[in-house]
Amino acid sequence: MTTIAIPSGMPQYEDVPRYDVQAVRADFPMLEREVNGHPMVYLDSANTSQKPRQVLDVLREHYERHNGNVARSVHTVGTEATEAYEGARAKVATFINAPSPDEVVFTKNSTEAINLVAYAFLSASVGGAASAGRGAPDERFRIGPGDEIVISEMEHHSNIVPWQLLCERTGATLRWFGITDGGRLDESNLEELVNERTKLVSLVHMSNILGTVNATARITERVRQVGALLLLDCSQSVPHLPVDVVDLDADFIAFTGHKMCGPTGIGVLWGRSELLAAMPPFLGGGSMIETVAMTGSTFAPPPARFEAGTPPIAEAVALGAAVDYLSGIGMRAIQWHEKELTAYALDALETVPGLRIFGPRVPVGRGGTISFAMEGVHPHDVGQILDAQGVEVRVGHHCARPVCVRFGVPATTRASFYLYTTTSEVDALVRGLEQVRKVFG
Amino acid sequence: MQVDQLYQEIILDHYKHPHGRGLREPYTAEAHHVNPTCGDEVTIRVDLEAGVLRDVSYDGMGCSISQASASVLHELLTGRDTDEISVVHAAFVELMSGRGQVTPDEELLGDAVAFAGVARYPARVKCALLPWMAFKDAAARAGVVVEANSGTERSEVKTA
Repeated sequence: MTTIAIPSGMPQYEDVPRYDVQAVRADFPMLEREVNGHPMVYLDSANTSQKPRQVLDVLREHYERHNGNVARSVHTVGTEATEAYEGARAKVATFINAPSPDEVVFTKNSTEAINLVAYAFLSASVGGAASAGRGAPDERFRIGPGDEIVISEMEHHSNIVPWQLLCERTGATLRWFGITDGGRLDESNLEELVNERTKLVSLVHMSNILGTVNATARITERVRQVGALLLLDCSQSVPHLPVDVVDLDADFIAFTGHKMCGPTGIGVLWGRSELLAAMPPFLGGGSMIETVAMTGSTFAPPPARFEAGTPPIAEAVALGAAVDYLSGIGMRAIQWHEKELTAYALDALETVPGLRIFGPRVPVGRGGTISFAMEGVHPHDVGQILDAQGVEVRVGHHCARPVCVRFGVPATTRASFYLYTTTSEVDALVRGLEQVRKVFG
Repeated sequence: MQVDQLYQEIILDHYKHPHGRGLREPYTAEAHHVNPTCGDEVTIRVDLEAGVLRDVSYDGMGCSISQASASVLHELLTGRDTDEISVVHAAFVELMSGRGQVTPDEELLGDAVAFAGVARYPARVKCALLPWMAFKDAAARAGVVVEANSGTERSEVKTA
């Protein structure tokens, strides 16, 4: 490696925040286990992350010490549970720099968060009792023939199917950005694709299969020009890099707790307060109402309007603990750790004969998720041989089948990193791939 | 290495040198099956006449287990009559549903006994069964009912 001196006065490599990876690993009980007689090498964090003891402790402590239902009890434990639940909302809001905790809606995952927005469009478009303030539905959410929704070929199925359903049900048209050969978003037809007919652009911030981190500024500018709304699927970005909703200038973002050291069953929809207030309810039930009469009901303001029924209380509280944990290490430091790891892994994988990487091959504008194919060996077989050596990767289409079709493969093998991943684990992957070559060579 | 149970030489050999691969004419019926979790695909054609399977041809893409399974199916079932096919089919399905507890009958299943190890890997059982389920469908379209394995899920569905 050549060393390039950075002129003094410029930010130096030493200025980058760092942390002790081994100390972080000690926080994760799962990382101590073995798989098939080998130390587990967990390279599937884009699928779900492991959980630190700090999060597991809060989860248990909540059930052992503070368990009560939220928002409806006058007793002490109910009040404690409510404070913990709302405290978690405030922590999440701070984590993404949301102007107000009321802009944070708890859902069960990203999929539900995206569907919540899709159903706001559907409800506003069928009109009637579904409208938010019982007045006329907000025009920004009304959609029909002639209107367009724009996504991309790079989306997870959770950001494709809800929009396909919405378009089928309303007569609107679904359009999409393509992907370049290098695995970047093809913005060459941005002006034509996002136009005065566009009601919503719903785009992945970081691809779960290619690792690409999309630069959104140009798209946001165009969205504002035409008066559409912008939703960013941040499922893969919020866990791995600093995300600031003010800076991103989006209208909605969706992400999920279990990919960011939190438990399963808890996700987040962030939306601008003014937009959430204009949206009709999603699921109906307890907690989301203002007044209920047999002849009809009125609804609570956001976020309660979108949180019908008893929410995942302990999960939300534990997500708050996960946010504390990540903030304690620092998202800039985590981002940098993964950037160095990705650079290391891209170089290392280049040495494997017959290996083809899908997505950016430089560690710029991409995260620590690398998909690849081994010539002549099906990803299932790659994954199975790796598992026999304790290396846990994901194989398949990663709920992003259009990306596989785009690159002409039925499936890929994907290694994905997180704050606890080490370079020696990348080495174990490369050794594992040599073993694959031996069995199938 | 434990994984050797899964990737037996016989399976790798069928994968690298598949028997009877490629779609052929004439055929009575065809079925196309997809494993939605991994995207593996197989198309099976059966040529049935007077209760005898004159040919079973196939094409597809997928992992070594699914592709080798199609090759073994071709080898085992071609030339048999429908009664024999039902017996072999049921034995294979039973083997794959047995979580590694079923001792296969080598006389009946031939090279398919190598799939006994696959049954220990629940995530891969579907791969092995893909061509067999497609075959069953193709046979049904040709008017031949291949008896389902009596023991497992399928019969539960019927009574539900």
